[in-house]
Amino acid sequence: MSDALLRYVLRLGDTALVTAQRMIERVAGEPELEEELANANFALDYIGQARMLYTYAGELDGNGADEDHFAFRRDAQQFRNLLIAEQPNGHFGDAIVRQFLFESFYVLLLNALAQCSDARLAEIAVRAEKEVRYHLRYAMQWLVRLGDGTEESHARVQASLDEFWRYTGEFFTGDDVDAHLRREYAGPDLTAIAEEWRKNVAAVLAEATLTAPADVHMVDGGRAGRHSEHFGFLVAEMQHLQRSYPGASW
Amino acid sequence: MTDEEWPLYEVFIRARSGLSHRHAGSVHAADDEMALNHARDTYTRRMEGVSIWVVRSDKIVASDPAETSAFFEPAEDKVYRHPTFYEIPEGVENL
Repeated sequence: MSDALLRYVLRLGDTALVTAQRMIERVAGEPELEEELANANFALDYIGQARMLYTYAGELDGNGADEDHFAFRRDAQQFRNLLIAEQPNGHFGDAIVRQFLFESFYVLLLNALAQCSDARLAEIAVRAEKEVRYHLRYAMQWLVRLGDGTEESHARVQASLDEFWRYTGEFFTGDDVDAHLRREYAGPDLTAIAEEWRKNVAAVLAEATLTAPADVHMVDGGRAGRHSEHFGFLVAEMQHLQRSYPGASW
Repeated sequence: MTDEEWPLYEVFIRARSGLSHRHAGSVHAADDEMALNHARDTYTRRMEGVSIWVVRSDKIVASDPAETSAFFEPAEDKVYRHPTFYEIPEGVENL
């Protein structure tokens, strides 16, 4: 598993990039000007994270691949992002629920990665954690506002929660790459993170008067390159320019 | 869904430690916490600040423009209130 670190960094980069791409799709569609700025800021934070991770991946790879290569010149099935990141946007409440579920996990993961023994990855994690901690504060407040809001907003975000919950199992089902990172680089302990995530999420859901769905069949496959049907469209749109005009630059 | 607009909040930013908060602009928000988020996202994207205050615009008590003459003009001929009779030592900033 000499390439385990590279694969791990690429997964993180893919999740960041795909999250950004979904946020970018929402640009100019937010209900308020100030929300518009927040969403675009978040998207740019994720693009920044993806760039740092892809640049590092290129160095680990050692074959001269740069960030554009990983973002724009790989096929959909070569991406290894978490499935929750690629789900279609839906309505505002969907976006908030998805952001909340993912980021309450991601912030814990980044916290753990900040302690890992790979200095570069730890450095990236420290920077990203600050950004995501703010995103999470935003998403959490919105979730409480909508969940504990009107009858309609409550019903709609409860439905979003029921829909996206199935993608949260994937956060914690580590594979050999995760195990390698944990062993060789003092990487994240996914069992401990899962426990903390459940506790934190339960507290916010209680405040939002929402109920975590029970007995949900968890879906995974992102790390094996098995994506949802929507993913091909996302990648096609994201890569269109580089595919049509290879090497185009500003 | 209501068509009512979110209330307006005034935003004050402190650029760096030691300076005072200055009015930066305003944002719409449904509650105090959201106002703070919106102020952060709107006015501190380019490292403009280290501290933010937000206050609902309708909570600000403002002087009445019609009362300007009674409020401010009496100070115009009171030059002795200005500390211009003192020398300010060189190198003193933010005074």
